[in-house]
Amino acid sequence: MDWFNNFWSIYSNLVLSLGTNALLALSIYLTLACGMLSIANAAFMGIGAYTSALLTMNYGAPFPAVLAAGMAAPALMAFIIGKPTLRLSGVYLAMATLAFGEVVRIALLNAESITGGALGLNGIPQLTQWWHVALALVLTLALLWRLRRSRVGRAFESIKEDETAAGLMGIDVGAYKMLAFVLGAAIAGLAGALNAHLTFFIGPGEYGFDRAVDILTMAILGGISNLTGPVIGAVILTLLPELLRAFKDFRGVVNGFILVLIVLFLPKGIWDPARFRQWFGKRGGRI
Amino acid sequence: MLEQQLVNALSLGSVYALFALGFTLIFGVLGVINLSHGAVYMVGAYAAEQAVAHLALPLWGALLFAFGFSGFMGLLIDVLVLRPLRARNAPHLIPMIATIGVGIILTNGIQGIFGAENLRFPLGLVPDTTLSLGGLSLTALELGIILLSFVLMALLLLALKKTQLGRALRAIAESPKAAYLLGINVEGLFYLTSFVAAGLGGVAGVLIGLSSNALYPLMGKSMLEKGIAVIILGGMGDIRGALIGGLFLGFAEVLSVAYIGSSMRDAVAFGLLFLILLVRPKGLFGTLLERKV
Repeated sequence: MDWFNNFWSIYSNLVLSLGTNALLALSIYLTLACGMLSIANAAFMGIGAYTSALLTMNYGAPFPAVLAAGMAAPALMAFIIGKPTLRLSGVYLAMATLAFGEVVRIALLNAESITGGALGLNGIPQLTQWWHVALALVLTLALLWRLRRSRVGRAFESIKEDETAAGLMGIDVGAYKMLAFVLGAAIAGLAGALNAHLTFFIGPGEYGFDRAVDILTMAILGGISNLTGPVIGAVILTLLPELLRAFKDFRGVVNGFILVLIVLFLPKGIWDPARFRQWFGKRGGRI
Repeated sequence: MLEQQLVNALSLGSVYALFALGFTLIFGVLGVINLSHGAVYMVGAYAAEQAVAHLALPLWGALLFAFGFSGFMGLLIDVLVLRPLRARNAPHLIPMIATIGVGIILTNGIQGIFGAENLRFPLGLVPDTTLSLGGLSLTALELGIILLSFVLMALLLLALKKTQLGRALRAIAESPKAAYLLGINVEGLFYLTSFVAAGLGGVAGVLIGLSSNALYPLMGKSMLEKGIAVIILGGMGDIRGALIGGLFLGFAEVLSVAYIGSSMRDAVAFGLLFLILLVRPKGLFGTLLERKV
């Protein structure tokens, strides 16, 4: 097991950030599955991260409670802003949630006495174990998988296909959208809380526009036709910069090229069951 | 010093408007949120700097060069990335992700070539004369920025309103399919739009690079965020909206820095944006163009 210990001591952070990134990708998948392009997830992640980190550092709260609070705070926030925001659709929803994300980032930046301002919070105890991340991911996947096949999941699907028709069929569009939004925020908050207790430093810059775009990219790149896609997208986008170290100064360029090529040649994302079925005949069924 | 602040606001706002104009033009005509527009803006600034440093071009030549270079960049992006996606009728999020990739390539490419540290335009490129107008002092640079931005915007507006080309473009904005059936060269106009929009972005990059006198690979990032705010404020795809939204944002920022504090600069912009969207979901001028979106 020597090689494993070696590997783990070097790459444990990377492996665990695979897990948190997968959670983030799933959180945006949930809203996308309901037909909403909401990119406030970076902000929700930030709210979760700060809430949990502050609880640990200032009040020494137990870790499970901290995680719960890290999910509850962004969920509550999502509930509050959900009502007016979810009236918007398409690009406008995307932009409103983006603007909300910026407001959160700037609020974190300016509430210096609580959040440490631009310096962020330092010395967060490293409480996240590998199995915390694994368990969170498995539970989230199980929940979302169960949800997909339930009444709720079917409602999401129909809202995504045609909102008006779904409404006419008696589906409470507003309530289901709110559910997806709040649940997505909670998952993003969980990822934030786990991540904060992993990296031992957090700052407002981590939860801005770039992170929002990253999260969206993971989900779209992997494919959002099912749960596997976002996870694969998260894995690829997390590993890619590491794998490209050999390119030194130009690794970002290569990274970008790969992103563009994937989008150009696999427009439905990497994990696309329809394409697999085409390749392997009809036997594949629903993957 | 309110008047002085207003002058600063006008020059900042006119650059925002110029940047947002290209951004909104691409959205209106191609239906793509082009997230590489910030990187193209940065490339324009670098192109001008290189033109001045190595080709010894005068300022107007450098501006022209930046327009052409970043315009060509925009054309290239359209031909290589957006056209194949159009041909495949990819859902609207996909081109947006592709432009994120393009932005990453450009930003990291410039950083790989020129390094991450700041570049500067040589001193004396802009005459440092100051004009005083009834108690106001206007530097040549400020005046130049305001004039150039407004002239370019006026030209574009006129072209869209009065020329046959402009009518064709507006027809495409309405419905590319119908425009195609009417015999309009849709692809050609897509290329033209990408060229002009990117060119305007590049010129905006030079102007901001001159006024802050610092070029760095990530300079397009904050501009892109501002650009998004502006076109949402004004209504996506609306030209006048971009103009007024840009000026509005410029004024809001400068005045908030002057009277509230510099740290609130971005909070004002995005807070306003958030509020406006809640009250007017389609932006200030959105109702007229609802069909387009």
